Amino acid sequence: MTNSWNDIKNADVILVMGGNAAEAHPCGFKWVTEAKSNNGAKLVVVDPRFTRSAAVADLYAPLRPGTDIAFLMGVINYLLKNDKIHRDYVKAFTNASYLVKEGYKFEDGLFTGYDASKRDYTNKSDWEYQFDEQGMAKVDDSMSSPNSVMSLLKAHAGRYTPEMVERICGTPKDKFLKVCELIASTATGERTMTSLYALGWTQHTTGAQNIRCMAMIQLLLGNMGMPGGGVNALRGHANVQGITDLALLSTSTPGYMVLPSERETTFADYMKSRAFKPIRPGQTSFWQNYQKFFVSQQKAFFGAAATAENDWAYDYLPKFDTGYDTLKMVDMMAAGQMNGLFCQGLNIMMAAPQKDKTRAGLGKLKWLVVVDPIETETARFWENHGEFNNVDPKSVQTEVFQLPTSVYVEEEGSFTNSSRVIQWHWKAAEGPGESRSDIDIVAGLYGRLKAKYAKDGGAFPDPLLKLTWSYTNSASPAPAEVLKEINGYVVQDVTDPADPTKVLLRAGQQLPSFAVMTADGKTAAGCWIYTGVYTDAGNMSMRRDASDPTGKGVHPNWGFAWPANRRVLYNRASSDPNGKPWSERKKYVFWNGARWTGADVPDYGPLVAPDKSVGPFIMNPEGVGRLYVRGVMREGPFPEHYEPMDAFLENPLHPKVSVSPVARIFAADAKSFGTPDKFPIVATTYRLTEHFHYWTKAVHGNAVLQPELFVEIGERLAKAKGIKDGEWVEISSQRGAIKAKACVTKRIRPILVNGKPCDVIGLPIHYGFIGLARKGYATNTITPSVGDASVNTPEYKAFLVDVKKTSAPAASAMA
Amino acid sequence: MATLQSLDIRRRSASTEAPPQVRQGSLEVAKLIDVSKCIGCKACQSACLSWNDLVEPVGFFEGSYNNPPDLTPTSWTVMKFTEYEKGDDLEWLIRKDGCMHCDDPGCLKACPAPGAIVQYANGIVDFVSENCIGCGYCVKGCPFNVPRISKTDRKAYKCTLCVDRVAVGQAPACAKACPTQAIYFGSKEDMLDHADKRIIDLKSRGYEKAGLYDPPGVGGTHVMYVLHHADKPSLYAGLPDDPRISPLVGLWKGVLKPLSLAAIAFAGVFGFLHYVTKGPNEVSESDERKGDDLAGGKGA
Amino acid sequence: MSADKKVVARYTTAARINHWITAASLILLALSGMALFHPSLFFLTHLFGGGQATRAIHPWIGVVLAISFLGLFFRFFTLNFWNRDDTIWMKNLGKVINDNEEGMPELGKYNAGQKLVFWGQSILILLLFCSGIVLWDVYFEDYTTIDQKRLSAVVHALCAIGAILIWIVHVYAAIWVKGTLRAMTRGSVTRGWSWKHHRKWFRQEVGKP
Repeated sequence: MTNSWNDIKNADVILVMGGNAAEAHPCGFKWVTEAKSNNGAKLVVVDPRFTRSAAVADLYAPLRPGTDIAFLMGVINYLLKNDKIHRDYVKAFTNASYLVKEGYKFEDGLFTGYDASKRDYTNKSDWEYQFDEQGMAKVDDSMSSPNSVMSLLKAHAGRYTPEMVERICGTPKDKFLKVCELIASTATGERTMTSLYALGWTQHTTGAQNIRCMAMIQLLLGNMGMPGGGVNALRGHANVQGITDLALLSTSTPGYMVLPSERETTFADYMKSRAFKPIRPGQTSFWQNYQKFFVSQQKAFFGAAATAENDWAYDYLPKFDTGYDTLKMVDMMAAGQMNGLFCQGLNIMMAAPQKDKTRAGLGKLKWLVVVDPIETETARFWENHGEFNNVDPKSVQTEVFQLPTSVYVEEEGSFTNSSRVIQWHWKAAEGPGESRSDIDIVAGLYGRLKAKYAKDGGAFPDPLLKLTWSYTNSASPAPAEVLKEINGYVVQDVTDPADPTKVLLRAGQQLPSFAVMTADGKTAAGCWIYTGVYTDAGNMSMRRDASDPTGKGVHPNWGFAWPANRRVLYNRASSDPNGKPWSERKKYVFWNGARWTGADVPDYGPLVAPDKSVGPFIMNPEGVGRLYVRGVMREGPFPEHYEPMDAFLENPLHPKVSVSPVARIFAADAKSFGTPDKFPIVATTYRLTEHFHYWTKAVHGNAVLQPELFVEIGERLAKAKGIKDGEWVEISSQRGAIKAKACVTKRIRPILVNGKPCDVIGLPIHYGFIGLARKGYATNTITPSVGDASVNTPEYKAFLVDVKKTSAPAASAMA
Repeated sequence: MATLQSLDIRRRSASTEAPPQVRQGSLEVAKLIDVSKCIGCKACQSACLSWNDLVEPVGFFEGSYNNPPDLTPTSWTVMKFTEYEKGDDLEWLIRKDGCMHCDDPGCLKACPAPGAIVQYANGIVDFVSENCIGCGYCVKGCPFNVPRISKTDRKAYKCTLCVDRVAVGQAPACAKACPTQAIYFGSKEDMLDHADKRIIDLKSRGYEKAGLYDPPGVGGTHVMYVLHHADKPSLYAGLPDDPRISPLVGLWKGVLKPLSLAAIAFAGVFGFLHYVTKGPNEVSESDERKGDDLAGGKGA
Repeated sequence: MSADKKVVARYTTAARINHWITAASLILLALSGMALFHPSLFFLTHLFGGGQATRAIHPWIGVVLAISFLGLFFRFFTLNFWNRDDTIWMKNLGKVINDNEEGMPELGKYNAGQKLVFWGQSILILLLFCSGIVLWDVYFEDYTTIDQKRLSAVVHALCAIGAILIWIVHVYAAIWVKGTLRAMTRGSVTRGWSWKHHRKWFRQEVGKP
């Protein structure tokens, strides 16, 4: 979230699209009802299904799964055509006025620089800005030059007329325009819109661009950095924000720094492309501090072994060749390229797409370690459960180890929620039986590996042997000690450069903020963005002061929000270029003549006066928000609608480039995609409020509230197929088939796509062959194994199927 | 909430004794369910099961999100989902079903077991299980089809409005668990005020018929709904439009009772007086002789 | 047949047992039913081991009554067909009550009052049985609607009161008309009683019409 849960109450329009907040985030949804009942907010829901969120919405519009970009670009077109943008904001705080190189082109669905043989843009040089001699980006303040970002955007978005939106998305034009009108009502500094999304946007081959599209809309409306604005990812697990912050991706290190690639063999190489220099006069480009954060991280990782001489143990870090995400792992397993798998807190056989591929892959492993608090299908992948898991145990040679863990209530530690607020939780009960905490299991593994390397040596044992492991009990590090290490501490006294006798930071002291970090190895911090969470004043994540002095939902003394206890990111943008709030109603962070002040911690130099013209987006070398990105996104500078891999129709915009030209497709999966002649129905998958992933089917109460797998079918399709409520239905895709009970509903509206009826079905995940709920098929048996081009998130949300009436699964399997 | 806590009993089933009346000032409580805020997440259902130590068996998917499909002896509240098409638009009406805690409770009226159903001074209608004989009359008395008889112990069960929580100043478990504050709890007066505000908000959003459901036919209820379509309560999974205790139940538990006893008493008294005034109908000597005569031929 | 030559046989042993089973179950039903009908009579549940037990036993006694009464019904229904004499008797009911049977027709085994008791109880017990089944939730809860149950509750109560009233008439008649009771206790009545109350039947019995 750029903003916070509590901040939703400040919104005037709430757009729930690419998510189903009421269903998946019922507790956070309280802030939506708060905004509605106390701020007069209007709730808009855009979703293929009329969801629980839609049930309390003021306006609902349907769309075909996988067409969000078409819809959102349509919104951008509406805003530009009708001049419903926050002009002053756009001019001052975005790159709308920047000039792009003449060579930039977008034709027939492709940007310049595409290499079809590599399925990638191999030459992105024409995507650059025009620079002057000083290396500064050229701008045209009128934003009217044909190569200005604004002009390019107008041309790009101009194709997404309301008629085109209706053709692609199936959203009736009048509904679409009503949504546009409400969104456009926030193009002033008086009103704001918040965007709440989740996996409904990420789990597409165009996932990252879906979200970018919304970021662009919010910039055009001037809603970034504003109370009640922002682009807000609602995170699924209680601590998934935390795991992302601490390097979830295999190519990241903590705090969203980047793991060196194999091309960056030296520290100098690595730093060359990291410390972004400002590309506009007077800008800050906060990433200039990258080296300070990186060196502090290395000091935290390797302590005394990280020295200036060895480039802060740069060589100790692994260098990646390619990303190793879930899809990649499954693909490698299935190809017999992996010996073992540590599956910790993940039920991969249920959670990954194309279940049969996953199961085959697990069967090719020599060993599988499942670290989980409950019995999972993954640990039992070799067991025959009739048609739900039809496998011959004798054919599987994989040795499976199950390590039972405690659950979060059985251990203390911190959670980081969607609002980026780190909150401590205390142990409520002992874990049952032989369960141990995940920390203890990892520590035990580390201890044994270290001992073995110490004894037997190895090709390069240093990274393991010299890892900092200075916990009181090395076999069981206390979570508080780990959090202290993540926060960071002073290794060696830091003195004032002006007066070396003056000691600014004493060795051993906890770091108060990342601003004091140094690049000379005197400070150490495991995750720079978390610095401030555990200072000498104590564990800030334990704070539980609910007071909210300004009434803006900031609650500054509740837990600790990264970065720097800031609740709304880019909040400098809540005031105009002169530092005056855009409106009294939305007054948040402003210049009081001497410093930046207001409800929140300013996301800005607190003493940098407005006349210095430093942009509010200090992480960007431009200092402004990007309506146009240069090389960051793999798919191109602007979002473009591409059909899902299982394409329902030829892309009306550019039939030759129908699907994403850069989505990653494994050779093994090349034939796994369906076509509408065989699979004429669009399917999507989702979660239910009554369940949490594949865990809660192990909980009696949850099993009672939603006992069994079902498939939601619109009345039109049900009638055509002769399917009635509660009857068994077979749903097949190019990847396989499953059975589920029919839920015939009016909530899937009959839509027309490209003038033809398009039927959509919906399938919850959650069910499997282990647990207290009714046994059932894994929904992911039929989902496609293809990833988003930028971050490789699987496309669970839009694929093609066929449905037909069938008989119940064999009684033996159900028992 | 001290004044909401009185457990003085206002009414007691099948009892004629006068209730205690000395303590004054007990406020009537109410739970206000704002249907327009409800997202149907079933947190209330879960909280109800959990707080009341209820174990509902795992069922099956039966064609809708209603799970279990209806109230049971172990599910005292269930969410009921209705898809309502209004022209081109759709509404998904989600109503939390359960005991309405009528001010004039039909269950209590029908109950033949003294003290099996009580109504506290704060308006909560509660089933006292140890006094319940399992006759099922409450089921027939209830205008909302709420009480359920357990197949295990043949006793009637329903929402208690968490009387055990209210008695110590806590809101009912469902209200506590509701994430969107669709369930409010407090004095009936406060709830009526709050409902007014909600109705104004709903009307401003185009629900011109928004209103409160506090049906007068049962003397008002201590569980009330804010409805977008207060003119058509039955849209919400068959919420009765104008609930009242069935006239049959009124007859059965009203006039029939005294009239019947009177009739029986009258018959007894009539017989007694007849006997006293007319004396027994005896067979006379002559009748005996005539009888003997007639039988004589055969008997002798 | 009794050794006493002066009596007339009226009921076989089987018929008497049948009658008394019916009588006992009816009384128990009345007691348990009234206990659940009116709060002031709830104390009667103690006779049956408490409220729950009363609730549980009552319908079973009802089954006994129904079967037992069915026996009586088939035993006696042919004797209870209405005839012209019954109409005359009914017209003179006032005289009957005043023990003045002058000019009344000779009667068969049953007078019109007894026949009314018979048919009244037959109909009421049938209705009680049917409505009772509807109300017997333990086994039949799922087969009827609540409205049907409500109607049944009223029908059951009304019929029960009717049956109790008829029962009171029946019992009182047995008490008032001396010499009647022995018909059901010993199976026989005196010749005089037969002569006085059921002469036509008496004539048939002695073969002298």
